[in-house]
Amino acid sequence: MAELSDLLALYRRLIAARLRAQLQYRTSFALDSTGMLLISFIDFLAILVIFANVPQLAGWTLPEVALLFAITGLTFAFTDLAIGHLDLFPQLIRDGNFDLLLIRPRGTLFQLLTADFQVRRLGKAIGALAVLAYALANLRIDWDPGRIAMLLFIVPSGVVIFASIWVATICIAFWSVDAREVSNAFTYGGQFLGQFPINLYDRWLRRFLAYVVPIAFVAYFPALYILDKPDPIGLPEWLRFASPLVAVAATFVASAVWRIGVRHYQSAGG
Amino acid sequence: MLPLSLRTDLEIARRGYQRYAAYPLATAAGAFTNIIFGLMRGSVLLALFADRQRIGAYDAAATITYVWLTQGLLNIVAIWGWQELALRVRTGDIATDLIRPIHPIRALLAAEYGRATYQLVFRGIPPVAVGVVAFHAALPSDALVWLAFFASLVLAVAVSFAFRMLYNLAAFWTTDTRGTMILALVVMTVFSGFTIPIQFFPPWLAAIAYATPFPAMVQTPVDIFVGATAGPPVLVALAGQLAWALAMLAASYGLFALGTRRLVVQGG
Repeated sequence: MAELSDLLALYRRLIAARLRAQLQYRTSFALDSTGMLLISFIDFLAILVIFANVPQLAGWTLPEVALLFAITGLTFAFTDLAIGHLDLFPQLIRDGNFDLLLIRPRGTLFQLLTADFQVRRLGKAIGALAVLAYALANLRIDWDPGRIAMLLFIVPSGVVIFASIWVATICIAFWSVDAREVSNAFTYGGQFLGQFPINLYDRWLRRFLAYVVPIAFVAYFPALYILDKPDPIGLPEWLRFASPLVAVAATFVASAVWRIGVRHYQSAGG
Repeated sequence: MLPLSLRTDLEIARRGYQRYAAYPLATAAGAFTNIIFGLMRGSVLLALFADRQRIGAYDAAATITYVWLTQGLLNIVAIWGWQELALRVRTGDIATDLIRPIHPIRALLAAEYGRATYQLVFRGIPPVAVGVVAFHAALPSDALVWLAFFASLVLAVAVSFAFRMLYNLAAFWTTDTRGTMILALVVMTVFSGFTIPIQFFPPWLAAIAYATPFPAMVQTPVDIFVGATAGPPVLVALAGQLAWALAMLAASYGLFALGTRRLVVQGG
């Protein structure tokens, strides 16, 4: 336990240092954050255009899809903030600098996660929050303690699921640095997939990207519960409460994959 | 025998091609990601046609073709942007380019066509092939349509290139190029018709889009390919692309000349 609190204290110190550094350049920071906010709206604009043409998409109304969009967007924004810089780590493998992480007295993943922290990525969360406000204002939700608890729980459990997917898929760089873009199909791809009701996807795509890669547990199942909506695919109701368990399982898978990757790491020759 | 300057262009284009050809695995990984996104975008846009026959000139079949074709085009026209020139201005490396006997924009344009050729073959064909084989995306049957499409694609690359030049050249005036680039990327993805066909836009938004050069980068070639633009209007569309390409290339040459006049390269 002492070890964990030591790690957390170190995490706080390192991240605080990154924060101070970024706030030195206020104009840059403001511009970048606004840019991120705008990027998060591109996909929502697409959703608005879709609903300008049809009243329902696969049995879902605009505010309902907005809820899916907001949960996925918020979750993805926080994941991106905490670990998005992991996308830069293949570069360390390419130049052999991953060696440096291996000789330091902390976990490799921990060191990578504290190596950067781009606060501007919060801009994406602001966009998602605005859409969430829109969705909640336009939905008639029967709020009870269970639904409020669900709304509070889905973001942290979704962040853990997304982060696990990110860690597990970027590990491909341990085998081939060039193939790292494959992980985008699951991270950014997962964000795209989660914005829409999964019942509109083809069966095989759904099995693979929604259940094996557990994107459906980020927004879709929890949203069915909050909306008290029957599942168009007719899957069992308990799945609506399974997200935290899925998050725990995903963490185990991701850390196992990371350990296998590190063991496989071959330094750049020289 | 070609004149020397054209041979130089071709040689630079060949290098532009080889630069990307050096990483076949990266190409495969990128194509894989394009295909996964194609599967998802296809499902979403097809769901629009559950209760509707057509939206604008697009029916379900044309929309499927649109999805797979745009997945193939996105790398050719560099949807995600490009900031090499901006970085060269910032680091001062641009000084080296100024010594060379060929104008930097011309050299970059030549390299751009080499890059685009590589992307056409290795990033463009795979998603379209998946679309045709697995999802009945339709290829044009008329050779003239193919000809018009490729002409339109060549022009689309020029328009997209010129636009990227313009926001890269902003680096001569501001060191903060990332903000400019993100803004450019947002506007380009939405108004080029890449995320969703412009025909699906409400009329007022479509009018805004068509007043910009962005549809010339994606929507114009795609409309020709799926037959949404056919007959004499194809010539009008191509002329529009050509006009945007020439105007924006001229603007980037002008901006470059202005920029180099105030360029300060530090140190020595």
